[in-house]
Amino acid sequence: MPSRASFPPLPAGHWLFAGITLVLAPHALHLPPWLSAIALAMIAWRWAAAAGRLPLPGKWILVLLLAGSAAGILFEYRTLFGRDAGVAMLTLMLALKLLEMRSYRDAMLTVFLGYFLVITNFFYTQDIPLAVYLFAVVLVLTGALIALNHPASARRWRAPLQLSALLLAQAVPVMLLLFVLFPRLGGPLWGLPSDAFSAKSGLSETIAPGSISELVQSDAIAFRAQFEGAPPMPSSLYWRALVLESFDGRTWSRLRGRHGPEPTLETTGTPIAYSLTIEPHDKPWIFALEVPDPQALPPDSFLTRSLQLMANTPMQRLTRLNLSAYLDHRVAADATLPQLGHALQLPEQGNPQARELALRLRSEAGNDAEVVARALALFREQGYSYTLTPPLLGENSIDEFLFATRSGFCEHYASAFTFLMRAAGVPARIVAGYQGGEFNPAGGYFIVRQSDAHAWSEVWLDGRGWVRVDPTAAVSASRIQNGIASALAAGEPLPFLLRTDIAWLKQLRQQWDAVSTYWDLWVLGFDQEQQIGLFARLGLGIVSWRELVWGLAIGLGAVLGLIAAFTLWPGRRPAPDKVQALYLRFCAKLEKAGLARMPSEGPLDFAQRIRSLRPELADDADALVQRYVELRYGAHASGDMLKSFAAQVRRFKA
Amino acid sequence: MDTNTPLAVMLESTVRQVGQIILGKEREIRLALACVLARGHLLIEDLPGMGKTTLAHALAQTLGLQFHRIQFTADLLPADILGVSVFDRERSQFVFHPGPIFAHLILADEVNRATPKAQSALLEAMEEHQVTTEGETRALPAPFFVIATQNPTQQVGTFPLPESQLDRFLMRIALGYPDAQAERMLLAGEDRREMIAHMQPLLDPASLLAAQHKVSEVFVAEALLDYVQALIARSRGGKFGAGLSPRAGLALVHASRAWAFLAGRSQVLPEDVQAVLPAVAGHRLRGPSGEADADALAQALLASVAIP
Repeated sequence: MPSRASFPPLPAGHWLFAGITLVLAPHALHLPPWLSAIALAMIAWRWAAAAGRLPLPGKWILVLLLAGSAAGILFEYRTLFGRDAGVAMLTLMLALKLLEMRSYRDAMLTVFLGYFLVITNFFYTQDIPLAVYLFAVVLVLTGALIALNHPASARRWRAPLQLSALLLAQAVPVMLLLFVLFPRLGGPLWGLPSDAFSAKSGLSETIAPGSISELVQSDAIAFRAQFEGAPPMPSSLYWRALVLESFDGRTWSRLRGRHGPEPTLETTGTPIAYSLTIEPHDKPWIFALEVPDPQALPPDSFLTRSLQLMANTPMQRLTRLNLSAYLDHRVAADATLPQLGHALQLPEQGNPQARELALRLRSEAGNDAEVVARALALFREQGYSYTLTPPLLGENSIDEFLFATRSGFCEHYASAFTFLMRAAGVPARIVAGYQGGEFNPAGGYFIVRQSDAHAWSEVWLDGRGWVRVDPTAAVSASRIQNGIASALAAGEPLPFLLRTDIAWLKQLRQQWDAVSTYWDLWVLGFDQEQQIGLFARLGLGIVSWRELVWGLAIGLGAVLGLIAAFTLWPGRRPAPDKVQALYLRFCAKLEKAGLARMPSEGPLDFAQRIRSLRPELADDADALVQRYVELRYGAHASGDMLKSFAAQVRRFKA
Repeated sequence: MDTNTPLAVMLESTVRQVGQIILGKEREIRLALACVLARGHLLIEDLPGMGKTTLAHALAQTLGLQFHRIQFTADLLPADILGVSVFDRERSQFVFHPGPIFAHLILADEVNRATPKAQSALLEAMEEHQVTTEGETRALPAPFFVIATQNPTQQVGTFPLPESQLDRFLMRIALGYPDAQAERMLLAGEDRREMIAHMQPLLDPASLLAAQHKVSEVFVAEALLDYVQALIARSRGGKFGAGLSPRAGLALVHASRAWAFLAGRSQVLPEDVQAVLPAVAGHRLRGPSGEADADALAQALLASVAIP
């Protein structure tokens, strides 16, 4: 049964519908387009209904809409739960709630649902622009709340906005107090649904031809690194993530289980201290410089036998770790060849040409180190090229790459090199990670992006242990020294951000990155550790949660008391206030003209007396007095009225 | 500018229609109407034959209210006002016979002729808007409005209302002699009683209740409360023997709201306070030696307080 919408009155309706539209807008980026369209249509329908142009839908239409859209969501996501489907359902429900909103209570519920949907936006990103935007949304939603509860004030659009801004401004100190003092738990307060981490990009556990060159096309940030002292040369910044020791003819993957002896570690010199701020990548590996100081590992992490630094749990939040590394080191120099059998493993079949080449290298060279040198010379001298878009490779991928296509990306070189080494009897393995990084002078740290993803090799040489060999450096030295953008020919599909040569744009980008890094660290990453550290730095020592709660109670009491005192203090009201001062000026003008107001004479009586004594002034005086009465005794005095009143008084001549 | 206009127009015609019966007394009629709108009760004090009863009757007829008149005499008993339970033989139980107090508008004529006991029965009902007899409480109809008339106390055989009971009336007005022109029209015109009988009601109880509600929403600014408080403060010292009670202050604000509403305004102005003050405060003020020349005292009070 369709009916006309008598609620909410339109000014409040504008606020409410605008607020709802704004809060749903960012979700349009990831909701299925049909759902965004339906939600928008429903809001438009309700808006038109509030304006009296359309009737509200009947109950059965609502039920059909609900069933149809819910089925659509179920079809789209195969579930009604989890982050994506949950947000989709919430969006749908909110839009439907608008269509059945008939009373004050419904409208209040809608506003509060709107507030809740503000939070859901943070499930997807938590960056500064979104936070600023959502502040504005809260401003509008609070405006809706004001307009609903005080319809008279909503006749001018500015009044609810001003009150809303005032309310939020008063809430800001409370927000800051709660943010700083609210006791943090060790972990996140609640878990996000598991599908919240589905779209993270990063190194995967295997490397096949093409897997890194695909990753390199993303300019997403993998992590940031800040050195305590002077940073090392860019060419030694090998951020080690994964060691891949198993090869099936095409794909390199991690070897399960423990292999080889516990490596001995000899280090010289002083360790380099640095900190990593790792973006969530839902994997346990930590991008440590070689070789991490085993005595100073970050909490909840361990070193594997192949010296991969692993966290105990996948990193699903922005994580800041303090590390130190010895750049001068010898690893497993005392191991014996039989112990390293897993580093010589190759498939039985395939790539015959490469095996033949390996045997030839072996027979020509005197020792393992010379085998390595000759293989690198091969890459350097035989016309290999470095490209992001290599030709596709078939079954014997190493043979095809080495003898036919001769162009590839780092994973091709690392893979081919490691294969050759193993076939020649030199223990070798692939390391995946990142190389280099962009130094941000604004923040004093390195930004390492997915586009810095890299793969290289390690060979074990008798007496020297595991030695890093980067075959890509043999092909394209500038990739290692100057970064990827300089190593690739123009026209390669690199992200725009890496291409740009415009200095000021780059500077702006770096400054912005520095700001958002502080945001990430100090706002989003303000966890128990940061909180304890903050109070320790303020000289308060270790603060227990009990003390935090007390501090919170006292701080909130003080803030609320101050706000109350500021707003309620009687002395704040100017006496006589501006309106009265202007009116007295008007009376003074008349008094000079011989028409004094008696002290107990009301404004209307005075206006009447002016009319009878000085009829030529009456019209001006009437208008002026009317405005004065509205300002001083009326319910809807405003700043605009005061301005025009002031002008009237100024112009008045007796 | 004003959402109250249609009601205000109706009330304006009410004033005019009653004004055709009581000639030349527009101000008093307005005050009486304001008193109804402010949910108060009205005391009219004047000599016999000045039109007190006629005013009450005309007002009831125009407002479309159920009207009862109680003539107060020296032998009037509370049960004569409130009602009495009589044993019904057929149903073999007591049946309550409501007294004349069960009506929208009560005219308590010559209230100072009855004994204090009967007076207090009426005043209780005025205050509580309900009646308790034989242990049972019965609500009075809404709206409920009492107009009591009183002969000046110098007359023989009267029990003047004590001050505490005077305070229960929102306003006290006097009608006074009509001026010569009005008196001439009265003498030449037709019978007032018949005119009242032929009058059309302009309102009904429901719209009167709505109007009362609207009156309570008339805006009172801080600046106006400053003025009211200044008036009250002045009445409590100096040349006044007895000042205005907090109840009197409330009455002043309510009555001013009703007056502003009658003028079609949505906010109260100092002029509204000044207009109702003599009627609201006159019977509550006492001079330094206890004398009570209501109007002079009220005017003195108004003249001595500057509008802040």
